[in-house]
Amino acid sequence: MTHSVTQPATQQLTRAQLLDLYYYMQLNRQLEERMVRLFRQNKIVGGLYSSLGQEAVSVGTCYALEKRDWIAPMIRNIGALLVKGVPPRDIFTQHMAKFTSPTLGKDGTSHFGDLKVRHIVSPISMLGDLIPVMTGVAMAGRYLGQHIVALTWIGDGGSSTGAFHEGLGLAASQRAPFVLIIENNQWAYSTPVSRQVPIQNLADRGAAYGIASAIVDGNDVVAVYQAAKEAVDECRAGRGPRLVEVKTMRMRGHAQHDPAEYVPKEMFDYWKARDPITLYEKYLTENKIWDAAAKSEIDARIERELDVEQKFAEDSPLPPPELAEEGVYCDGCHKIEADWKRAKSEVSPPKSSIDPTWRLKDLPAYTQAAITGGNGAKNPAQKPVTVPAATPPASPALQKPAPAPAAERAESQPEHLAAGVAAEDPTVPRVPFGRGPKDKAFRQSPENPQNKPAYSRAPKEKSFSRAPLEKSFSKSPRQKSFGKNAQGKPFTKNPQDKQGRR
Amino acid sequence: MSHTAPNLSSKTVPTSGAITMVDAIRQAMFEEMERDPAVVAIGEDIGVYGGAFKVTDGLLAKFGRERVIETPIAETAIIGAACGMSFLGLRPVAEMQFIDFIACCFNQVTNFVAKSHYLWGAPVPMVIRGPSGGGVHGGPFHSANPEMYFVHTPGLKVIYPSTPSDAKGLLKSAIRDNNPVLFFEHKYLYRRLKEEMPPGDYTVPIGKAIVRRAGRDLTVVSYAAMAHTALDAAVELAKEGIEAEVIDLRTLLPLDKETILASVKKTNKLLVVHEDTRTGGIAGEIAALVFEGAFEDLDGPVARVTALDTPVPYSPPLEERFLPNTEKVVAAARKLAKY
Repeated sequence: MTHSVTQPATQQLTRAQLLDLYYYMQLNRQLEERMVRLFRQNKIVGGLYSSLGQEAVSVGTCYALEKRDWIAPMIRNIGALLVKGVPPRDIFTQHMAKFTSPTLGKDGTSHFGDLKVRHIVSPISMLGDLIPVMTGVAMAGRYLGQHIVALTWIGDGGSSTGAFHEGLGLAASQRAPFVLIIENNQWAYSTPVSRQVPIQNLADRGAAYGIASAIVDGNDVVAVYQAAKEAVDECRAGRGPRLVEVKTMRMRGHAQHDPAEYVPKEMFDYWKARDPITLYEKYLTENKIWDAAAKSEIDARIERELDVEQKFAEDSPLPPPELAEEGVYCDGCHKIEADWKRAKSEVSPPKSSIDPTWRLKDLPAYTQAAITGGNGAKNPAQKPVTVPAATPPASPALQKPAPAPAAERAESQPEHLAAGVAAEDPTVPRVPFGRGPKDKAFRQSPENPQNKPAYSRAPKEKSFSRAPLEKSFSKSPRQKSFGKNAQGKPFTKNPQDKQGRR
Repeated sequence: MSHTAPNLSSKTVPTSGAITMVDAIRQAMFEEMERDPAVVAIGEDIGVYGGAFKVTDGLLAKFGRERVIETPIAETAIIGAACGMSFLGLRPVAEMQFIDFIACCFNQVTNFVAKSHYLWGAPVPMVIRGPSGGGVHGGPFHSANPEMYFVHTPGLKVIYPSTPSDAKGLLKSAIRDNNPVLFFEHKYLYRRLKEEMPPGDYTVPIGKAIVRRAGRDLTVVSYAAMAHTALDAAVELAKEGIEAEVIDLRTLLPLDKETILASVKKTNKLLVVHEDTRTGGIAGEIAALVFEGAFEDLDGPVARVTALDTPVPYSPPLEERFLPNTEKVVAAARKLAKY
């Protein structure tokens, strides 16, 4: 089991920290269980999305961050909000659409943020969009000299969006201090990973962008913390961005309305036996970090806190209707001021001025080695290059290998995950590469009974005769004289303007 | 103010005399970046090359790679990153190489950038600017006027200037504004007219239209390149004794309702001219505003001269047919004046 992992000295967690992890995971779960009850009592206004079974991901990753760091959670990352210091009442009031909620009832669920104190960017339902946004946060933090790290999560489903790939490309090219957690919970609504992506490990996608990635067991909170901490430390040291795939399981449907009958029972059974909180309780007991008294003390504290918070939310009013009309624009209601941690003169002329030309050292493509793709890419058709997920790609930008423990955990994946879910369904017909109708070999093969090109070109019929145009249209742009400007001066034509075309 | 960078005399911005709209916009960028280190530029080919239309030429030399950020071809990443930067108090100016390409990041602009302040109180002080409009035979993907998608999006501000001095003053206002501003630069106007800039650090307020020509017989509301077409038409109409009042909107969102209504109450007739396509163009919105606010002052139907409801065609005779021009405006105004 992965709990026996040896912790690097720098990443040793103290007893208090280990108990913290338990507190936040249990708080996350109890909070959500209360919300399920509220949902059934019709007190939740909209949908309710469960992160049951994924608490270790939200808590373990966010716990690796410092106070100054930024997060952008997904809807299932309530645990991360709690670690960031968001009081549970905010989660209750948001779901119940109350006036006391952070968005005053203008949005629900965990769709809220906090720019000033906790550094949280609000989620958006269109997944993937926060990857470029957090790349920008990371870039701005570096620009201002703040030494922050920006972290966000994306599901297996969201990793197929264009925003995911555009964002990763920009983050990589900017070497932004940005950590992306791919929270692979096996299901994008009702579609399993194997039907979304023909690769076993989503972490492999990092290699395409020259981003070092790691894979970690998402139900092992200590392992998740360590992988995230490693990624965060690398980013803070200027060796970002980093990608971590955490393998976990969504133990409920997409939302409360969805009974998830499409999930095979065996899969639920397997993951139920690997419940992150149960596993962690066992770990704490076996390692003599706590005893029964310590556990019941924390559990009682959580109950007490949640009682107060839930009561506050239930007693809160709904927003006044006229609030709907307010707040479209910032009319001076916010003071916008960057928190500079470096001298502004460093980014101002004359210090900022450069010779704006590309030099050969910026352009490695002129060497023969670069043209042939360096090592390993010479015969891509015969020898596909596979990048082990836990090994960083051979990029000079990445100076440190991914954490070793991740590799162990990659191997410790459950069998049905390693082989079954990600394996191809043999009944799906596939056209082999290069065997399309345009392909000569295909056309001549017995698979193409007509044995003729699929795209034959009919002889052109001449239907339009090119009669000379009666009217000759001038090719020059519209001629115009310009009027007068606001000061009453006439506009003059620009003598350099010939055609107005570039 | 001198913008001279070492060995780059050809890339400096003219500081005196009449300048083009391209130079006016460059001047605004230079002055704002010099004034406030929180202002950064981000976009495709905006650095070494100076932008497809050279609007950002010379910025990299002066302000360096940390502030003039050249990106991959990824509009969603550009807008997303600019938005993220603005959360930390920066004021990014993002360039779309052609404004047509803003369609690639539509979700980012309309669902995240535009809604952040209303939903969760996060102001997004960023500018999205880029060349727009037709008349230069750019074809269907380099000539669009997509302003109305964004005029229909609460939370954004939309600016579309028609003169170099307005372009400079409005861009400065846009950069200083606490909200996301879309700044459309009509490429037909980029180098066709020159104007002397008012002295000093001047700005033009967002949301204020301007009466370009006073008249008593009818009101012609327009903006961008069509403001000049409307002014040309007014000169023609004056020869026939029809005095048209020409309003240049300058800002499309928020719309300056007062200026439009005041003029219509005076002239009692309204013609709207725009280069955007007809259905769902701003003419319909302005007509509704006038019906709500000045119905009893109207002496005739609200008329409009717009582009056709088609994509922008490429070939010159086709594009000329597609676009409004002086003759079309004069004909419509003549008909309206008879009421």
